Amino acid sequence: MSGPEKDIGPRDISSSIVMINRRQFTKLLGAGILMTVGGTDTGQASKAQAVTPLSDRLHVGVNGIITVMTGKVDIGQGSRTELTLVAAEELKVDIGSIRLIMGDTALCPDDGSTGSSLTTPRTVPRVRAACAAARQVLVKLAAKHWGCDAGLLKVRNGTVIHTDDDQSISYGELARIGGVDDAMARAGEDNNAVTPVAEWTVMGRPVRRLTSEDIVTGAQVFPSDIRRPGMHYGKVLNPPAYGAKLKAIDLQPAEETEGVTVLRDGDFVGVTAPTSHLAELAVRQIAKTAEWDTVAQPSSDELFTYIREHVSNKHAKQGKVVQKKGTLQAALDRAAQVLRESYSLAHIQHAPMEPRAAVAQWSDGNVTVWTGTSSPFPVRSALSKELGIPTERIRVIVPDTGGHFCGKHTGEAAIQAAKLARAAGKPVHIRWTREEEFTWAYFRKAGIIDVRAGIDTSGRITAWDWTTWHSGNSAIAVPYEIPNIFVQSKTCSAPVREGSYRAVAAPANVFARESFMDDLAHAAKADPLEFRLRHISNDRLRAVVDAAAQRFSWNKARRNVTDTRGVGIACGTEKGSYVATCAQVEVDRECGEIRVVRVCEAFECGAIINPANLKIQVEGCIVMGMGGALWEEIRFDDGRILNAGFGHYRVPRFSDVPELDVILIDRPDVSSAGAGETPMITIAPAIANAVFAATGLRIRSMPIKGEYLKKSWTDKETLGPSQSGEMQ
Amino acid sequence: MTAKEAELVPEAIDLTVNGRPRQAHPRLYPRLLQALREELGLTGTKYGCGEGLCGACTVLIDGKAVRSCRTLTQSVTGKNIVTIEGLAENGNLHALQQAFIDEDAMQCGYCCPGMIMNAAALLRENPHPEKIEIIEKMDGNICRCNNYSRIIAAIRKVADQ
Repeated sequence: MSGPEKDIGPRDISSSIVMINRRQFTKLLGAGILMTVGGTDTGQASKAQAVTPLSDRLHVGVNGIITVMTGKVDIGQGSRTELTLVAAEELKVDIGSIRLIMGDTALCPDDGSTGSSLTTPRTVPRVRAACAAARQVLVKLAAKHWGCDAGLLKVRNGTVIHTDDDQSISYGELARIGGVDDAMARAGEDNNAVTPVAEWTVMGRPVRRLTSEDIVTGAQVFPSDIRRPGMHYGKVLNPPAYGAKLKAIDLQPAEETEGVTVLRDGDFVGVTAPTSHLAELAVRQIAKTAEWDTVAQPSSDELFTYIREHVSNKHAKQGKVVQKKGTLQAALDRAAQVLRESYSLAHIQHAPMEPRAAVAQWSDGNVTVWTGTSSPFPVRSALSKELGIPTERIRVIVPDTGGHFCGKHTGEAAIQAAKLARAAGKPVHIRWTREEEFTWAYFRKAGIIDVRAGIDTSGRITAWDWTTWHSGNSAIAVPYEIPNIFVQSKTCSAPVREGSYRAVAAPANVFARESFMDDLAHAAKADPLEFRLRHISNDRLRAVVDAAAQRFSWNKARRNVTDTRGVGIACGTEKGSYVATCAQVEVDRECGEIRVVRVCEAFECGAIINPANLKIQVEGCIVMGMGGALWEEIRFDDGRILNAGFGHYRVPRFSDVPELDVILIDRPDVSSAGAGETPMITIAPAIANAVFAATGLRIRSMPIKGEYLKKSWTDKETLGPSQSGEMQ
Repeated sequence: MTAKEAELVPEAIDLTVNGRPRQAHPRLYPRLLQALREELGLTGTKYGCGEGLCGACTVLIDGKAVRSCRTLTQSVTGKNIVTIEGLAENGNLHALQQAFIDEDAMQCGYCCPGMIMNAAALLRENPHPEKIEIIEKMDGNICRCNNYSRIIAAIRKVADQ
């Protein structure tokens, strides 16, 4: 056993030991208390909500430092700070006493991938319940130590205090008393022990990023910053186009270069060299000799035709029915007016500032891979499959990563680095170029939405018929009070590699729905705000709409609309949270410019855990959402991405940022929901509606390009995909 | 580059990095970003695009903000380079570093070193810029977490001091 104040930190361990399991880790931590929760919970499932024996969720060190472990990762959204502060709250210690280990498959329980805004609703409660139970165990240990009733004891600042005689014993001192592991093994998470919202002293208050000093000094080690002794740099030979198959290649020129290792493993060809430059040269040498078979690939110019023509067999007649109520056709027949429109959206890229990166190091048939991913455990499984070794021989570590936006659910760089490191017999570093990230990562799905609705003579919506083509189901259900509803979603074959994105399909469905709500309001000769409120019965949705409209001074702003200045509103709900956005735009039809000058957004996600981080998330979502709303669009042709770089793929920049006014509505009586996605779903329709208010022009396609304003418009004054698909 | 041109590239150059004399090898690390990260181990300077379009790799060369991904290593012979690791002096954070912390001007933080170095050069040239000048000078730096308004606030905080 080490000295009483000595404890090993996670940094020491991750840098010095390649393979380790939780038992060895506990030994390394020295005499302390080991508590177990969860264990082998896989995926996002809540199956481990049942009482499970305690496993390694946390460890109390002899120096009073509490090591908490989670399979979740921090990819910029602030989960490290959030999970640290909830652990501090439940253990009644200061934040500085918590050391959080994240995303290490050897040490952490599998809390599922970091995505779908699930860290707050799923992992936070489990960490809280574990830490609260641990606090109770510590109190019982102190009671046993003193031979008193645990009811006489309370906990303050990492110390158990006897209320009668003022004795106290710190967690560190308790950890030094042996013979406690058995007691711990009999305890489990305790949801009833968590601190009620009214008694929170750490949660609910603003806490800054705990890693901020490391970030501003350059000390933070991102996945691409990992360096290992003797490390080489890897580079992969990419096909010239999607679907291209390697026919022949001469590896000899690179193989004969000193210091270079070349690996061909089926279609995978890669090299390693002592520097990234030499690796690049080696790949260029062999790329010249490569012959490829290519197959015809679709073009983004024909994207919307492609989607309609490539609907999956199972959805040929009818899509997946997501929402159904009343009798649609009869309601449409009776309606005073029926409107029918189509909306579309392009593929976009996450473009995180840190492209995919990984470092792999082999030792005795075991491999450790440091990589940037949301999904350490699924990446470990993928590595197992690709490398042909069991998961027990693989350790995946996810250092805090430079952005994700649901674009790093996969482990391409990890697999490449591990294969090349095995071939080279050295640690190997892989970091994708921006062009690779824009080409070989996955894109947010494009899609089309067809909708028609009927309104009665009093201006109420009586029928709602909706089909989403391909882009997905998030936020597809209409949140308004409508008596007759049919909502379906059809999947199609993908023209490019597609995957998840921040808020997934919600920006698409909400863009279409909230744009269409404005169309309906216009047809009913109603104010867009009043028209929405007319159809809202959900109090939480109404509260955000009211809050945003009031702060924005909606009625006054509407009165001040001119043909160059418009205002728009949109609202929605997704993943248990509620959002409403008012936007003011300035348009210049001659120059084809849309400028967002002011955004006011109200957001509510239940009880607020960290208001500082929540505000940052909402602000970031608004501006990120402006990118997809106004500019971002992947163009492709013949299997090649035509704008695979920041020079041709326009993302929001400093000069685009509007005046931001964020209202956070705290609901201590409601369970906390995640907040990293939903705040971005309403900005695009708010902008589209503001453009309509100023110009009378309805742009039905995302991105809402300013250049559309320059074209000659037909009488119908609309722009969107043609509606050739048959409606239900 | 032809073999003959490659021979014209010096094997080693001397430069000053964060106040210390260092050597770099342009043939192995032709871009300054590569020399800093791979040869000198200064990984605070980030790769973002390799085209000079995002600003993540910004460093100071003789006090001017430069994109290290586009800078030839051989071109900085004898120059004075400051990276994010060298911005704090005597253990005290640079005012911009402190302002970034105070204003929560980061999410993932990957763009921050480049943002801070670009802003440091801006404030050297113009210690009290207007907001519009800050936006103009910073517009080549991308933050995909879209924390721009807080970065502006952090720079303004220092500019107003």
